[in-house]
Amino acid sequence: MSKQINVALIGNPNTGKTSVFNALTGLNQKVGNYPGITVDKKEGICKLDRGLKAHILDLPGTYSLNASSLDENVVIELLLNKNDKDYPDIAVIVSDVENLKRNLLVFTQIKDLKIPTILVINMADRMKSRGISLDIDILEKELHTKVAIVSTRKNEGINHLKHLISNYKSISTTPCLDTSTIDQPYFDRLKTAFPNQELYKLWLVISQDANFGKMDRNAIDISEFKTKSKSELKKLQQKETIKRYQFINNVLKIGQKIDVSKATGLRERLDRVLTHKVWGYVIFFIILLTIFQAIYDWATVPMDFIDATFASLSSWVKETLPPGNLTDLLAEGVITGIGGIVIFIPQIAFLFLFISVLEESGYMSRVVFLMDKIMRRFGLSGKSVVPLISGTACAIPAIMATRNIENWKERLITILVTPFTTCSARLPVYLIIIALVIPEGRFLGLSYQALTLMLLYLIGFGMAVFSAYILNKILKNNRKSFFVIEMPSYKVPLFKNVALTVIEKTKTFVFEAGKIILAISVILWLLASNGPGAAFNDAEHILETKFSSINGTELENKIAAHKLEHSYLGIIGKSIEPAIKPLGYDWKIGIGLVASFAAREVFVSTLAIIYSVGNSYEGDENTLKNRMATEVHADGTKIFTLASGISLLLFYAFAMQCMGTLAIVKRETNSWKWPIIQLVGMSAIAYIVALIAFQFIN
Amino acid sequence: MAFTIADLKKGEYGIIIDSSSEDIPLKLLEMGCLPENQVELLHLAPFGDPMYLNINGCHLAIRKETAALITIEKHSI
Repeated sequence: MSKQINVALIGNPNTGKTSVFNALTGLNQKVGNYPGITVDKKEGICKLDRGLKAHILDLPGTYSLNASSLDENVVIELLLNKNDKDYPDIAVIVSDVENLKRNLLVFTQIKDLKIPTILVINMADRMKSRGISLDIDILEKELHTKVAIVSTRKNEGINHLKHLISNYKSISTTPCLDTSTIDQPYFDRLKTAFPNQELYKLWLVISQDANFGKMDRNAIDISEFKTKSKSELKKLQQKETIKRYQFINNVLKIGQKIDVSKATGLRERLDRVLTHKVWGYVIFFIILLTIFQAIYDWATVPMDFIDATFASLSSWVKETLPPGNLTDLLAEGVITGIGGIVIFIPQIAFLFLFISVLEESGYMSRVVFLMDKIMRRFGLSGKSVVPLISGTACAIPAIMATRNIENWKERLITILVTPFTTCSARLPVYLIIIALVIPEGRFLGLSYQALTLMLLYLIGFGMAVFSAYILNKILKNNRKSFFVIEMPSYKVPLFKNVALTVIEKTKTFVFEAGKIILAISVILWLLASNGPGAAFNDAEHILETKFSSINGTELENKIAAHKLEHSYLGIIGKSIEPAIKPLGYDWKIGIGLVASFAAREVFVSTLAIIYSVGNSYEGDENTLKNRMATEVHADGTKIFTLASGISLLLFYAFAMQCMGTLAIVKRETNSWKWPIIQLVGMSAIAYIVALIAFQFIN
Repeated sequence: MAFTIADLKKGEYGIIIDSSSEDIPLKLLEMGCLPENQVELLHLAPFGDPMYLNINGCHLAIRKETAALITIEKHSI
């Protein structure tokens, strides 16, 4: 028998729901997207008793069924739609033993939808240290459910949970609260109007429509009950919440005992230091420094290795395969392109490692708490800190991380300024330009080159904060700001959770960014190795006649340069040269800039392609650097000077050159207005700053 | 004059009397910010805002402007 049952994992944030998911599914999981929105959809398969299989869906964390964000809305959409292919046969509510009371709120709501429901009480290993004891029999009886006591940390209770899921048919669907007691007359009217519908479901549809107007639930026409004003609805929701807590309190009064004297005060002791007005900031600063150290120092070891591997792979392909267009495409286009993506893996992985450890341990909430007041001065929220830090890896996940910012204006400003933070895609551009134009030497023991890099990071953050300040003055705020953040207890992060997050996020980045980079590399290569007219196609003949005195490598290089200049790519570069000349760039850099508007990291591989197409040098970065150093203008002056280098660095620091980010901003703000403002605004700033810098230094 | 959560000093606690103001987000109520529940101020962030509270066993932080909307009866330890 191979029947598959649908299991939905639901619970508050910070309850270890994902740990339970990982424990049930192991590596048998995948992350996708819900159609049309960028909420992660995590699903996996779990083998149960008697050959039964469960399809497990890890729904976004939610405190209740009254959604206030896109993520939470996913849960309600699913539970209200019986026709959804993922509609659960059974709901597994994950709760945390320390916050059982609050966790039970959403449990009672789901029970009332008459979905068979199991209660998982997670983090059972903490019961003793918190002085908590539970009477499972009473809880099961009063809540009309089955309870699984689980400790994902000690890997206990998972088999019992699997066993309970296998027997999902025997689980009661008795509701916890009689919905009509919330407001008897109102619900009586509702019941008469829709005798065939579940009352609580109706109520959820009505109250959700007040919050989320765009839902399509054509089955039920509730228009005549929408007459209730928003504040009346809210009063009813408040009443419902109070009633539910009364029920929960009565259950816990007999089912749970807490002996406070046995509780240990780890939270209190750590909070005293970590949220301290001096030590709190010092520790946060040290953690930030460690992260940067890891990304820009420790990560260079595997990066150098990857770099060397791809360089030798490229030349191996060129030497081994029969010469021809296809080999060139493979060696110069595809392999160079893939190398340009793979090289980011160590940095991205390190960053996600740190972020996931900080989130899992509960420390991130303390940072939010510490930073809120300061960030608010710039129109941001304490919760903007997480996106701004994540932005140093990649703006795309960073912008998705803004979802938990309640206030729309604060969230919008965070989304708009996050791309100013120095993402890892800017790094290869910075590294090669810095190596070219910044002299070696030390200041107070720090190298000029490292200082320049650090300065660029500070400029990025500074610009983000400064533009937030300006936007805060310009944008109107029509909603009251509010801010609620749970301060979870401190936990040692679970290795499995961290590892899975790092693998998952890195994989997504590589494949998403990879597609773009690879496509652009191939297009660039094609444009560079083809051209119109005799100037390109008869290059050999023209140059052989022109330089009859030279031959061999020198002639070959002259031919290659001539061909590139008259290729399609060269024509594009030449046509934009007038616009970028005041910034100190030539047409080759221009091609790099044009390609970079899809993704910044393309710049270096573009230059590599431009400088290596058809020439006999090896294409590794060191050679690329040497080639760049010898590039000259028509009048013989060097192209990469201090002035043009700084100008280029500043251009990359500010310009909006990432299609992926624009696409995600469009999705998150639901309009083209904001990504266009971002593109135009940031690029204008970049152009002006680069222009001033070049003209000033030159 | 009635006290609000914003009037609490570090280590003080009170019992919530009213949290029905329109501007209080439902999410806060769902986290246990309801009449008759106990609220304790655990820490104040630097510059006095936000406030790190223990409401009915639930640890959370809210801004002072929201805290000022929730009236309490003050108790000293």
